Amino acid sequence: MKIDRRCFLSLAGGLAVGHLLTPIPWKITDDIAIWTQNWPWTPVPETGPVTWKNTVCTLCAGGCGIKVRTIRDRAIKIEGRTDHPVNKGSLCPLGYASLQYLYGPSRVKTPMRRTGERGSGQFEAISWDEAISEVSGKLDALRKNGRAHTLACISGSDKGTVPVLFKRFLDAYGSPNFIRTPSGRDAHEIAAYLAQGHKDKNIGFDLENATFILSFGCGLLDGSGAPGYQFNAYSRFDKGRTLVQVEPRLSNTAARAKKWLPAKPGTEGALALGVAHVIVKNGLYDADFINGYAFGFEDWTDEGGNIHMGFKSLVNEYTPQKVSAITGLDANAIESLARDFARAEKPVAVCGYNECKPSANIDKTLAVHALNALVGNINQAGGMIVFADPEYAVSEVRKDRIATEGTAKPRADMAGTDRYPQSRYLLDLLPEVLMGANENNLPVQALMVTGANPVYTTENSETARAAFAKIPFIVSFSSFMDETAKLADIILPDHHFLEGYRDVPAPDGVGKAVTSLSAPVVKPQYDTRNTGDVIIDIARSLGGTIGESFPWKDYDTFLKQAFKEHYRDLSRNGYVIHAEKPLPWDRAFATENGKYAFYPTRRHAAGTDDKSRLPAYRELDIPGDKANGTLALIPYKSPRIAAGAVANPPFMTKTIDANVLKKEMLFIQINPETARGLNLRQGDTAVIRTPAGEARVRVNLFDGVMPGIVAMPAGLGHTAFSKFIADKGVNVNALLKPSADPAYGLNAAWGVRASLQKA
Amino acid sequence: MSTQTDNTSNTPSNAPSPKKGATGWVILAFFVIGFGFSLLGGWVGFPNMLYKEVPHPIDFNHALHMDLVFDGCNSCHYFRADGSFSGAPTLNECRDCHQFVMGTDPNEEKFVEEYVLQDKEVPWNIFAKQPDNVYFSHAPHVKGAGMDCAACHGDIGTSESLRPYQENRITGYSRDIWGWEMSRLGEPKYAPRMKMMDCVNCHVEQTDSKGSCFQCHK
Repeated sequence: MKIDRRCFLSLAGGLAVGHLLTPIPWKITDDIAIWTQNWPWTPVPETGPVTWKNTVCTLCAGGCGIKVRTIRDRAIKIEGRTDHPVNKGSLCPLGYASLQYLYGPSRVKTPMRRTGERGSGQFEAISWDEAISEVSGKLDALRKNGRAHTLACISGSDKGTVPVLFKRFLDAYGSPNFIRTPSGRDAHEIAAYLAQGHKDKNIGFDLENATFILSFGCGLLDGSGAPGYQFNAYSRFDKGRTLVQVEPRLSNTAARAKKWLPAKPGTEGALALGVAHVIVKNGLYDADFINGYAFGFEDWTDEGGNIHMGFKSLVNEYTPQKVSAITGLDANAIESLARDFARAEKPVAVCGYNECKPSANIDKTLAVHALNALVGNINQAGGMIVFADPEYAVSEVRKDRIATEGTAKPRADMAGTDRYPQSRYLLDLLPEVLMGANENNLPVQALMVTGANPVYTTENSETARAAFAKIPFIVSFSSFMDETAKLADIILPDHHFLEGYRDVPAPDGVGKAVTSLSAPVVKPQYDTRNTGDVIIDIARSLGGTIGESFPWKDYDTFLKQAFKEHYRDLSRNGYVIHAEKPLPWDRAFATENGKYAFYPTRRHAAGTDDKSRLPAYRELDIPGDKANGTLALIPYKSPRIAAGAVANPPFMTKTIDANVLKKEMLFIQINPETARGLNLRQGDTAVIRTPAGEARVRVNLFDGVMPGIVAMPAGLGHTAFSKFIADKGVNVNALLKPSADPAYGLNAAWGVRASLQKA
Repeated sequence: MSTQTDNTSNTPSNAPSPKKGATGWVILAFFVIGFGFSLLGGWVGFPNMLYKEVPHPIDFNHALHMDLVFDGCNSCHYFRADGSFSGAPTLNECRDCHQFVMGTDPNEEKFVEEYVLQDKEVPWNIFAKQPDNVYFSHAPHVKGAGMDCAACHGDIGTSESLRPYQENRITGYSRDIWGWEMSRLGEPKYAPRMKMMDCVNCHVEQTDSKGSCFQCHK
């Protein structure tokens, strides 16, 4: 018998045919398909009993109640809490995506000490004991050198118990430099002080009950301000209710409004006065309020017998025709807007908090407040509401000689000094002060940063970065490796908000006195600590009167004590409403005569005449010269891009349209008319230049942008966090530049001059 | 050799040359050997290579427990308040009774010593575990259609000892899903098979519709 090649071929054939009649190919194919669904890196949700835990999102100042679906110790899904008084179930994309921050790679996992060059991002992990003793050692040395007043703290908020602990720490340590990051609150606080005599009170707007919302550039549906509250209020809009949006760009809010009025940017104050003119001229104002509870509406005579101009005389000159010439809007449209506003059942005019760029224009803010006063809608349902925060039951700070002397020194940011006596915080001015000082005279020798990311969010951010980098010792309390933490010498990471307790004060702009409690949903994932505990520990290790000012065992004890009898409700319900009803008009105003001041007598003004105190329209020039910058750059807010201290998580970045961000390139929006003049077409790459810097961008033609305006989304262009977040687009703050209000020092610029050139 | 020489030395002619290599029968025999080897390997060897026997951490006696509980299967495998199904009990649930060794069974002793006292979850082998892309809810089957547990899980509730568990080396799932019979023919050995077509067939039988993809693949 011969065996040759053909036999083996035949054997192979037999094997081949045979195996087709066995389960081998079919079963293996099936199994491989299943195997490919089980890669080790594919996340598989936990299984087990589901629990829903209530807490509050703290990633922005919106204070939305959330419920978190958890399985064992794993948070799975976040949804809006339907029984929370702020958002009633609504939630913004950042809130939904915030789990990505809990488990994502941008967390700072242990205390860190800088090892490389400043800003290089090279750190080594250290223990908590080591970190706290290093920080207190440095602060102790600074204090002993007689420079206690050169410690500064930048905080995202000055409300709530953690900022209060920081303020207390500075008080006991001996520094006046507690600085809140700029926000729409600044101008509202000053307007409330001037017109109503209130210091440190909250100004909110009852959007839920208002029947006519006249919004001066508020991104109510663009994720600014308190997004959950605003989304929810709009979702309850029925046919009888109106939203009018004044804005130079067709935003989400403008697109959903009943009327969009594209007034020239910076002229909103004139429009408010024009509306007031029509209301006053036609007698459509609330006579009860004006006659009984207001001052300075009519012309008035002071004690010295001098006659002063009243608000009525001021608005007399703002005829619809004049306002039309200023704003570019149709005079009839202004006239009918005013009539509709005044005749509405509960009209409210809003500005400030919810703007993407809160230009702290005091005149505009006073004029908008005055509109609410004219229609008698202050402290009424559906109106502008003023309320105080709950008082914390905290003992007086103990101060030694150094503390008393230090806190009496002028602030590094010039707020409260003779130059800007009525301003509280002026972070925008600090970079310039720091850049102008030499190393030895630097007015800030040590900086603590909590709940803020000023290196990213401060306008002219590259200068700010260079200025902050001059500070010899920076401590960051950030949970994430943000731009500011990257610059720090020591990072003392806070818990993610789903890991610890924190009270959440009433959100800016929400017309309700609600305090919420953020409570742990999962165990801390890493070696992080509640910032409240850490500041108590630092104070204690400094000892003396500083330690004595912090007698609490830990932050949770302090929190319980601070809220006294409210704490039970706070921990049980997750929130407490500490003032059910706003004060009636006869008790609402803390001015000298107890009335609403249409004429703000206490206004610190650049001039001495009546018009410089009254909210007259003043044309504001924005930074940059007209010769080089024929265009104006304005930032815009998108609900799909987080623009605050916390960057856009990748889940949100995935939702951004390809004509806003494509790969790493950001698109600016310009009107086709502007594009024609610059010889630019859709998708072209161009270079945008402003006095602050330049950037390569692509061009998106959009009819909804006013000619001459370049609109750029805020919140992109991060350089830190993680590789999944950094280097996407351009940071608009790097192109913007603040311009100080002469009397208040606040940034009053609505944009910056810019030029655009085809690349 | 000679044939070769003959062939080459002969003047080429048109007459067909006789095949001098392996004969057709031999080639066929090789084919049959290959064929047979494949069948044998595929039907007998392959299953043994594909599956590995995994011992149970504890040889659980369902019958014994059924006598002691009040609510049948539901006593330990229950619906949670939100309608989801608990599956295999967790250590905490077992611990309600088994804080200490109560009987004389070595399995119970092992359970208490190795798991309860060490506060360690038992890594039970789950016969019916499905891949993650399959969404299965017990509620519509048990509560809605009133099916018995045994209809899908076999009569495990009355067993005194756990049946063998074999794990698919490629997928990691139980052999019960495909079924112990590689041909998937005939009555299943222990419990109904649980591949997608098994779900579909039953659904067609019971509801006249196999349903939509997204009902199970969400």
